[in-house]
Amino acid sequence: MNRKNIFLCALLALALVIALHAGVRAAGKDIILATTTSTQDSGLLDILVPLFQKKTGYFVKTIAVGSGQAMAMGERGEADVLLVHSPESELKFMQGGHGVNRRIVMHNDFIIVGPKSDGANIRGMKSTAESFRKIASSSSLFLSRGDNSGTHAKEIKIWQKAGIAPERERWYQQTGLGMGQTLNVAAEKGGYTIADRGTYLALKKNIPLDVMVEGDVSLRNIYHVIEINPAKHAGINSAGARAFARFIISREAQSIIRDFGVAKYGAPLFYPDAGMKE
Amino acid sequence: MELLFEGIREAFRLLIHADPEVVRITLLSLKISGCATFISLIIGIGAGMLIALVEFPGKRLLISIINTGMGLPPVVVGLFVTIFIWRNGPLGFLGILYTPTAMIAAQAIIATPIVAGITIAAIQHLPEELRLQILALGATRTQMVWMLMKESRLPLLAAVMAGFGGVISEIGASIMVGGNIMGYTRVLTTATVMETSRGNFDVAIALGVILLLLSFSVNFILTTIQQYDKK
Repeated sequence: MNRKNIFLCALLALALVIALHAGVRAAGKDIILATTTSTQDSGLLDILVPLFQKKTGYFVKTIAVGSGQAMAMGERGEADVLLVHSPESELKFMQGGHGVNRRIVMHNDFIIVGPKSDGANIRGMKSTAESFRKIASSSSLFLSRGDNSGTHAKEIKIWQKAGIAPERERWYQQTGLGMGQTLNVAAEKGGYTIADRGTYLALKKNIPLDVMVEGDVSLRNIYHVIEINPAKHAGINSAGARAFARFIISREAQSIIRDFGVAKYGAPLFYPDAGMKE
Repeated sequence: MELLFEGIREAFRLLIHADPEVVRITLLSLKISGCATFISLIIGIGAGMLIALVEFPGKRLLISIINTGMGLPPVVVGLFVTIFIWRNGPLGFLGILYTPTAMIAAQAIIATPIVAGITIAAIQHLPEELRLQILALGATRTQMVWMLMKESRLPLLAAVMAGFGGVISEIGASIMVGGNIMGYTRVLTTATVMETSRGNFDVAIALGVILLLLSFSVNFILTTIQQYDKK
């Protein structure tokens, strides 16, 4: 009985030690980076983040969510630095005083993809609004992210430009999922959707969707880095945020961005833009 | 179908070559869910014994609540734990959001009602006379509790398995409080979801197979212990 008690206590102590050990890290060395699913799903951050950590000794907690949620985290002071692609909401975010030092990092573009059969007959069209009107008039299935992400914001803007309110239509479905998963749903159901080129290229080998519309100026997809304003909330790691922002626009990181994915997909997934005018 | 075989082949390739990332993810899953199960056993069996053996008003209500808790949706647990431990939350000073510690805490909350519920059922299932008999034979209270636990060791081991099985396979809480950070809070379930959305279906299937193997091994060991002294 007694021996068993001692044994149990030892086990409990061990479990506590392991549990605590797992959580302890030097304070001030953690950075929470709230970003979009596209930067994680494409694999870009798997290269940039470890390099940054090695160079600076910071530990980056990458939380991949939609741009909308990332900014919501920033507004609450639950993140230190953002890497997002939803320019209009970003401007609102900056006007609200939540962020400082918003800087351009890179861009790629959005594309409208659809099934090979192309029931709406939009392949090769130049105008995005026009192609959305044709999807609507032919009642072709359209999959929306529906998650306040940067891609979703872009999609809503195109619908507005086309003068269509699709939310209640039967051919319009919201997945509420990330980009990769939404592309998978569109592929399974034979529907159209709008995607960032990086995620599409990364998934292309497994999904039978073709690029239908590309190249329109309105399809540009720009990523910015924003440091969260430390004056608004306590506990923001502003030094870490600044270090990360500086790193991602540094020459070294920018050249990694330029070369990323070229060997694997035959084309770059992102184009470096640091220091450029918008 | 081809994809499935490819995935299973990939699983064994990753296992045989002991891919460092996969090994790390697997060990982390085991460590987090093991710790969480252990904590839930201490609290769950303790509370379960107490509730089963002591009569008090509102006992039936409490047991109903615990039984409901056995089906606690992990994502709801994840949401509440997140709200409590984020920087501006009541427990924000701990600074444990997006750490393995937070995942252990969330998983322990999920597993505790499962363990407690099964414990209560197991103890209440023992005949009432047994308690009286043990006490009549001059046993102390602690000795009686210990003997009752020994008597119901089969369902109690089932509680261990149910608790562990519940948390190692859950994703909702893990991804919310852990954040799926590479090399830090990425476990088998969150990695599977991420690889799926990356379109790496073979790796996703492989991780799924490893999760099943892990779950099976743990349950096999526990079942062996459970059935051992039955003969």
